[in-house]
Amino acid sequence: MKNSLLILLAVLLPLSAMAETMEEKGLQIAQEADRRDSGWGDQQSSLKMILRNRHGQESIREMHNRSLEVEGDGDKTLIVFDRPRDVKGTAFLSFTHATRPDDQWLYLPALKRVKRISSSNKSGPFMGSEFAYEDISSQEVAKYKYKFLRDDKLEGRDVFVVEQYPQYKNSGYTRIISWIARDIYRPLKVEFYDRKNSLLKTLTYHEYKQYLNKYWRPARMEMTNHQTGKSTTLIWKSYKFNNGFTARDFDRNSLKRAR
Amino acid sequence: MNWYRSLLLMVLTGLATQLQAVEAEWSGNLSGELRYFPETPADARQQESNASAAFEPEYALEWENGRQSFVTRLFARWDQNDERRSHYDIREMMWSKAAEAWELRLGIGKVFWGVTEFLHLVDIINQSDAVENLDLEDKLGQPMINLAWIQDWGTVDFFVLPYFRERTFPGEQGRPRTQPAVDTAQAVYQSEEKEKHVDYALRWYHSIAEWDIGVSYFTGTSRDPRLQVGLNSKGEPVLVPYYDLINQISLDLQGTFDAWLWKLEALHRSGQGPAFNAITGGFEYTLYGVFGSSADLGLLLEYLYDDRGSTAPTAFEDDLFWGMRFALNDEQSSEVLAGQLIDRQTHAIIYNVEASRRFGDAWKVYLEARIFDKAPPTDPASAFNQDDYLQLEVMYYF
Repeated sequence: MKNSLLILLAVLLPLSAMAETMEEKGLQIAQEADRRDSGWGDQQSSLKMILRNRHGQESIREMHNRSLEVEGDGDKTLIVFDRPRDVKGTAFLSFTHATRPDDQWLYLPALKRVKRISSSNKSGPFMGSEFAYEDISSQEVAKYKYKFLRDDKLEGRDVFVVEQYPQYKNSGYTRIISWIARDIYRPLKVEFYDRKNSLLKTLTYHEYKQYLNKYWRPARMEMTNHQTGKSTTLIWKSYKFNNGFTARDFDRNSLKRAR
Repeated sequence: MNWYRSLLLMVLTGLATQLQAVEAEWSGNLSGELRYFPETPADARQQESNASAAFEPEYALEWENGRQSFVTRLFARWDQNDERRSHYDIREMMWSKAAEAWELRLGIGKVFWGVTEFLHLVDIINQSDAVENLDLEDKLGQPMINLAWIQDWGTVDFFVLPYFRERTFPGEQGRPRTQPAVDTAQAVYQSEEKEKHVDYALRWYHSIAEWDIGVSYFTGTSRDPRLQVGLNSKGEPVLVPYYDLINQISLDLQGTFDAWLWKLEALHRSGQGPAFNAITGGFEYTLYGVFGSSADLGLLLEYLYDDRGSTAPTAFEDDLFWGMRFALNDEQSSEVLAGQLIDRQTHAIIYNVEASRRFGDAWKVYLEARIFDKAPPTDPASAFNQDDYLQLEVMYYF
């Protein structure tokens, strides 16, 4: 009797798994990726952007940033620019929210002025790069709807291919396709489709490293714009966790002493 | 004596670990500036063109993971024609310490209050370095003790300002300038303590959802002097600055709704003639990604009002400012801001264009044009009727 029940279960379980829709499976992958990347608390890093135009001419941006994980809401992030030198000390503070618009402030060191800015410029270029503001802001599960497309292999690695549809206002994308590594639940490749649903950009992630035995961070990201021929390389350096940051390191006062 | 040695060891170790984490950095800029005035000067001592150069180095020390710092920023300018514009200043020499519920700043520094773009009505801590530019956005370093008390319901800022800085004004050869020139050597104070009068300020500010709000109080020597007609030692007419003791309460408010920024600044001031109210407010609306590009077009509209009306010593008693900010969002951060200030009473118009673009990694070029459309003599802006100018500034950042 017991055995036959087990057999019945063994037959029925895959069926019930099949009954799960592609949307549910997509969402589950996003939730699992989010769960695995939760609990890091705070982090800081410095980064370098290499902007390339279609003729291959380069310009360099350097900045350092810190983030604070906020339970039940989006993260708080402070980015301070180091290079080019005319924007040195300019700081960008962002409180990400899952559904309502983010709160953003800009600090202009020459005027010592803190300016609340509009966060509706989602699709605009960040620092003249191929990264849009929506690409660099913290990724919250509720910001998208999902659809699992297929299991696949990317450069020999098992991946989930998941399509995402932005649910926030003013996105420059109709859809985003992510190739998510099965082993670490982090993206290896992302394709962005513009408002006309044609392929706009491809982002690839390289040299993932694990921190605190849990959190995977890439050392390099490559964004290519297929429509303009421009590209941006993002190099992450010196990731540091457990810095003891509090909300006080992410307020308007902290903007004024950011350097 | 053992305890003494261990204490000393503890202090030295503590100091060593502190010093180890000290980060020091030099930065700053060097700039060259050319001005060209197409019209004949109103005063024969003024020139048709002017060259100038400035140097602004900064040295910053930071420790305790950025929670303590000591920053020194100096400024020096050489000017071809105007001996008053050849000047130097300590822009900043400030020690700061940030704790969880408070921040303390001691020394010389700069503080900005406000939200509007054309006129910074409520901004009062620092004196304007008015020889630098007519827009009064350059400030002189202000000695201060500033304690910020940080709570969930906002930040309360206390300021003790133990020394007053007189406004700088262009000299006889300076251009653009008022007619006649301001004779700063004759400055008059209401307070017998003159520049040693201690001023105080108190401010509360907070961000509540889409709203950023600030309420401030200031008591002390007015930063903007009244200009009274007098004579210099040669018997020529000059303007003499008179610094009143004032009390001022002010409000600054911004609401941020999608691409709309709604802005308001208002103040009530007493002590400078009869008490008066002034207000400026409007909006900034940005169109993102215009013409199918990644460029942004911002539209600005601000109204300026002062209830002293035509007797107000300001040119902004019933004026409308509108402008456009065009940002290319390219690698060179190219940007143009063009605007027009219209006096609703005298119909005088001031045109203003500012453009900038980065070249390479360290150079930036700024272009500025101001045109003063013939204001009637009753309008304080009429002083600049002959002073339309075009300015080119090249800046090197290090």
